[in-house]
Amino acid sequence: VAEADIISTVEFNHSGELLATGDKGGRVVIFQQEQENKIQSLSRGEYNVYSTFQSHEPEFDYLKSLEIEEKINKIRWLPQKNAAQFLLSTNDKTIKLWKISERDKRPEGYNLKEEDGRYRDPSTVTTLRVPVFRPMDLMVEASPRRIFANAHTYHINSISINSDYETYLSADDLRINLWHLEITDRSFNIVDIKPANMEELTEVITAAEFHPNSCNTFVYSSSKGTIRLCDMRASALCDRHSKLFEEPEDPSNRSFFSEIISSISDVKFSHSGRYMMTRDYLSVKIWDLNMENRPVETYQVHEYLRSKLCSLYENDCIFDKFECCWNGSDSVVMTGSYNNFFRMFDRNTKRDITLEASRENNKPRTVLKPRKVCASGKRKKDEISVDSLDFNKKILHTAWHPKENIIAVATTNNLYIFQDKVN
Amino acid sequence: MLGGRRRMECALDAQSLISLSLRKIHSSRTQRGGIKLHKNLLVSYVLRNARQLYLSERYAELYRRQQHYQEGGLLLGAPPGCAPAGEIPPEFSPLQLAAEPEDPEPGMQQPRSCGLGCAAGGALGRGGGDLLEVPVCAALLPGAPQEDEPLELQPSPPQHPQPATPSALRRDSSPGFYRGGGGSSASPGLLYPVPTSCDFGSPAPPGSAMSSASGGASAHCSSRTTVLDLDTHVVTTVENGYLHQDCCSQCPCCCQGAAGLGAPPPTPGTKRKYYPGQEDEEDGDPGGVAVGGGSPFSLCSKRARFEDFSPEQPPDSSNISNLISIFGSGFTGLVSRQQADCEQPLNGQLCGKQALASLGAWTRAIVAF
Repeated sequence: VAEADIISTVEFNHSGELLATGDKGGRVVIFQQEQENKIQSLSRGEYNVYSTFQSHEPEFDYLKSLEIEEKINKIRWLPQKNAAQFLLSTNDKTIKLWKISERDKRPEGYNLKEEDGRYRDPSTVTTLRVPVFRPMDLMVEASPRRIFANAHTYHINSISINSDYETYLSADDLRINLWHLEITDRSFNIVDIKPANMEELTEVITAAEFHPNSCNTFVYSSSKGTIRLCDMRASALCDRHSKLFEEPEDPSNRSFFSEIISSISDVKFSHSGRYMMTRDYLSVKIWDLNMENRPVETYQVHEYLRSKLCSLYENDCIFDKFECCWNGSDSVVMTGSYNNFFRMFDRNTKRDITLEASRENNKPRTVLKPRKVCASGKRKKDEISVDSLDFNKKILHTAWHPKENIIAVATTNNLYIFQDKVN
Repeated sequence: MLGGRRRMECALDAQSLISLSLRKIHSSRTQRGGIKLHKNLLVSYVLRNARQLYLSERYAELYRRQQHYQEGGLLLGAPPGCAPAGEIPPEFSPLQLAAEPEDPEPGMQQPRSCGLGCAAGGALGRGGGDLLEVPVCAALLPGAPQEDEPLELQPSPPQHPQPATPSALRRDSSPGFYRGGGGSSASPGLLYPVPTSCDFGSPAPPGSAMSSASGGASAHCSSRTTVLDLDTHVVTTVENGYLHQDCCSQCPCCCQGAAGLGAPPPTPGTKRKYYPGQEDEEDGDPGGVAVGGGSPFSLCSKRARFEDFSPEQPPDSSNISNLISIFGSGFTGLVSRQQADCEQPLNGQLCGKQALASLGAWTRAIVAF
């Protein structure tokens, strides 16, 4: 697998019509859903490539002698305000606002220019001709409209657009900055957890997100398994949290790797804004914003890995950062696992399912077969034993259509889009 | 942190885990995109956990050996007059006594480290470092846990009701001071060349050398010393003043160190390193507890001593030492600064935290680097 093709982020836009993916090579690929076939209504429209562009290039920081990876860490869509679409994409250091617009007409018949653009000899111009727009093949253009650079010393892990649609935050390991979408030459630092003495560093910021409805509220998760909710009205610098969400550690589970597996890799608010979900290495937790001392729901994603932590540490898999997502109605949550498995948990029925994203096992239009991992002991038919899981096939990024039951699941370098059966 | 449980869970032993972690940190420095702070921080946690288990395993092993040797009768009996087990004021080593003059600050008495790398004792005389260092050496051993039990690494404040201030450590210890379960048992702790301990001790009549030591100190002399390992929070009782050096595993002769008691510089095994560069003082110690080579003793140093992973150790450890030496110059400064900063008398818990903090210092320094 070419490293540049490894998908590093997946995100639906607000209507669900567009799906953006970013990869390690710094490219963004946008898929568009075909308009439904209203007559047949057999299925929702398929997603086809809509636009591809190079968002970020590798850079070199000469001052620090550091190479800056072009890998796209996150993409976030802005809500649509006019014909064009806007999204923010970020690598480790720089955030860019891209405008994606369609062009399906072009002006033809210039008076002073030839069709190929060369200027005509003025002496040959004897009549007045006004250009007119004529249809052309649809062309989707992406142009960078803003570049928000030089605000992060550490690696950016999150961006989140505020519900005011004017500001957004970007978070790196130790700091969170607040930007205005129109202003690129300055940002406000709103969280700074860098200790005076770096030797005293005990935790880093792992993810941050604005509340979907309250434009003054955001949360950030840490490598220690805590989530802090901050209110920007309280003070300019939100170092002191308004709420601290933390579940006490179960001492019987203590191991060498306890700190690693408790590190939160993703935090997502529910659409309602009442709950938030966190993902750590082995589980998904749902928190009620009104209760700080423990999550209201906990789902084990792959508990069978708990006894394998040592091997997972050796092969670095224990550092994998899985994301999680809500469905449109906040009734189901989804997250990825290994062996190209992904898991869904229905919060109401308490049922869960494991599915696999792979070409061999799934023909288009076939129903996915539930999978099961056998932790130990006798393996039943169709079960997969833990030891035969392929840890190189990991699903880190998943996304759920905001309105429909369509999901996008990224394996290492492939994007799978599934939808539920439409009867 | 439960050593036993952890060991069960992990296919790698602590030492391999340490070298693996260091390799990860090292390779992250050359990765594209620069050092990943988050990953390095997590690796440093594993490093710390593994290191603590590693140290406790070493101590446990030493304890086992000591038990063995004890049976072999190589030990010196307690000098007459030394109080038997019981309320023995923790005393670290005669060296300590010798060290007294150099370290007059109360609360900062840095007992000389027994060879056990309490070379952390390197802290000694520096006016820095934790008292904790010392106990480590001696502490190692499971005054508490039984032989085969790995030492509890978890700081157990409830078990140390007595503030383990440096001075406190020298006073009569109450039973409460001992870690629950074993502290007060008569289990021998480390051996250390004693009689000299008596000799050492003698120059230091309870009142003096062990300045802060309580009166019971003299009685203690060499019969029993209780030390608190502020790093691992293990309280150990050292019987007969025998201190078994950490290097024992590598220097089989060290047991014979016992034989060196009272004699001129005994076998290398008994050499004890207090801290680097203090050879002259050590020479002055009665009993000729001379300074040994740095490496064998630094094993249990809590500070990021590079000697911790001395070349004498199995190849894996030499990897570690090589790797650490890569970070060497950048961190020694940090480390020594850290030690110098530790000035206040701390109770056991605080000391522990500080030790842990300093333990983390070098690992985190790697991160920050």
